[in-house]
Amino acid sequence: MTNKNNYILSCNDIYKSYQMGATRLDVLRGVNLDVSRGEFVAVRGASGSGKSTLLHIFGALDTPDKGGVFFEGQSLARFSGGKINEFRNKKIGFVFQFYHLLDELTVLENVLLAKMAGASALGWFVASDAAKKRARQLLDEMGLSQRVRHRPFQLSGGERQRVAIARALMNEPDIVLADEPTGNLDSQTGSGILKVFEKLHRQGQTIVMVTHDERIAAKAQRVIKLADGRISAAY
Amino acid sequence: MYDILLPIKFFFRRRITILAVLAVALCVFTVVVVMTVMNGLVTDFTDKNHTFFSDCIISTDSLVGFGLYDEFMSRLEKTDFVASVAPVINAFGLVESESSGKNAALDLMGIDIARHIKTTDFADSLYYRKDTPMLAFKPVYDTNLPGCIVGVDLLVERQKSGQYSQLSFLPAWSYLITCFPLTPKGALAKTGTQLSANSKTFYYSDNSNSGLAKIDSTVVYLPFDSLQSLCGMDVGTKRTNAVFVKFKKGCDIDVCTQKVSGLWQDFIKEKGDFAFAGLFGTISVQDWKTYRRGTIAPMEKEQTMLILLFALVGLITVFIIFVIFYMIINRKSKDIGILKSLGVSRFGILRVFLRLAFLIGLFGAAVGILFALVFLANINRLEGWLFDKFGFQMWNREIYAIGEIPHRTVPLLLLAVAACAVAACLLGALLPTLSAAGRKCVDVLRVNQL
Repeated sequence: MTNKNNYILSCNDIYKSYQMGATRLDVLRGVNLDVSRGEFVAVRGASGSGKSTLLHIFGALDTPDKGGVFFEGQSLARFSGGKINEFRNKKIGFVFQFYHLLDELTVLENVLLAKMAGASALGWFVASDAAKKRARQLLDEMGLSQRVRHRPFQLSGGERQRVAIARALMNEPDIVLADEPTGNLDSQTGSGILKVFEKLHRQGQTIVMVTHDERIAAKAQRVIKLADGRISAAY
Repeated sequence: MYDILLPIKFFFRRRITILAVLAVALCVFTVVVVMTVMNGLVTDFTDKNHTFFSDCIISTDSLVGFGLYDEFMSRLEKTDFVASVAPVINAFGLVESESSGKNAALDLMGIDIARHIKTTDFADSLYYRKDTPMLAFKPVYDTNLPGCIVGVDLLVERQKSGQYSQLSFLPAWSYLITCFPLTPKGALAKTGTQLSANSKTFYYSDNSNSGLAKIDSTVVYLPFDSLQSLCGMDVGTKRTNAVFVKFKKGCDIDVCTQKVSGLWQDFIKEKGDFAFAGLFGTISVQDWKTYRRGTIAPMEKEQTMLILLFALVGLITVFIIFVIFYMIINRKSKDIGILKSLGVSRFGILRVFLRLAFLIGLFGAAVGILFALVFLANINRLEGWLFDKFGFQMWNREIYAIGEIPHRTVPLLLLAVAACAVAACLLGALLPTLSAAGRKCVDVLRVNQL
């Protein structure tokens, strides 16, 4: 049996189904996947193949019906509610297809939100200067230094996604989980976003990216293909 | 920190929160205005009763009255808590205007003017003799004539504006007042086999505007000795049927009333062998509010009813906030998913939305109170303008004895309303917020992903 301690993130025989009215929808049917530290893994599959569900389970946004998810060898099922929140905040950085930025906050505040979510008022008072410095630095790296005071609706799709990536990186997470990060962008903008992920990977960031696009998946170190809730191919 | 930043941002950058603030403000405005006016009316009415009837009343409903009152009054005056005392006779009589020939059965009140103006605020109710109340029973056109003071509504017409059409001079009107004297045993006094009636002519010397509609429209005031004589209460041991007592400043009315009651009990025990001691049995010693409870209680009941009705307004506020928060949270469900994906706990989500509710309540209350204060400060001017332009009045002043619309706000009421508004917002927001906090972020995010 594989030693799960060797992987930063792994899942063991994952099953997940949803009840859609009278119909039971089996989304994942026995998925096994191990992700090593610093690896760039792409999960490919058609719509409804269960790739987003797998990503949500990896990020503790959802729980499997059966099977286990392990972070550095520790089962997420054994984490308390507080530890799960800490795991989401400190260890995972999410990037969503539709950016999911808060419209009421500026670009800078959206990026800082990840840090704020994990800090008490006193902790924030102590750490806010350093956090703002890091957020500005990240936005600078994303080419958004001129946009820090803008609100999301004032940005293009590509810019919004780069803000979302900056937010995901704010707490220096162990893993970035990206769910179709280019799915809502034109090909040129999408290429720009992919380059950001490639750069992050080169810097040693572990990335698990969900996509249905073979060309995008090809940029990853390893590609896992999901079909009918199972891994149908890995290359 | 997010739980401070987000409520502030949601509050200032969401148009729907303006709706919520306006809804709260409108409810607060309505409650403050109506409660202030109603509270003012009740307070004004009770204050007028208090100043008219003094602090404590020793009285009997019997028209026969009771004797030895002057001896008891002397005892009261010697205590360290009584400021002044005044005997009062309440009786009925036939009043006939000698100029017009019209007559009516009216309430008569016999007062010792020197004592009465010390014990009550009666002097303030006079029109012609306000500054010289000691001369109130002396008509200015001939101070040797026996005077009577007439309740203002009996003689003077009230204008639509609420002002009385007082004459600049005192007309020399005379009234023949007839009473049926009673013996100390309660029987009608007789002369031979005929029932006797005492009559005397009095001259209009002033009118009294106490602000108490029933009194101002039914009572004619006569000098105490004169009415005592007309009612046959000066035969043998002199009698009265009420003594008004005013306590010294700072004295607790309830405590002092108890003391007066104790002194009275001692007094009637001591006077047990008095020929008409039986008359003492009908006497009660009451503080002014108990004495006037029949008149004050309905108004206070109305006020209580109004508070209950406004509790319903409070429920409506809770429901409005509930609906608005339901809408806000439905619109913010994506944000809740995002926050949870960033590691925000259930309680963190609760804090965000309950703080938003708190801000809505606080601002709504502040706006509502501010507008209510401005409105109340100008309510009489506004009513005057409406009356001048359109003939509209809140109350027809020809019918209701209300002068200005009360507009003095009570800080405690404002604080209570503001606290209730905030509490209503928190209550209204609680269910949708609890439901939002309990949602699985993946459900929200998945829906949005489709």
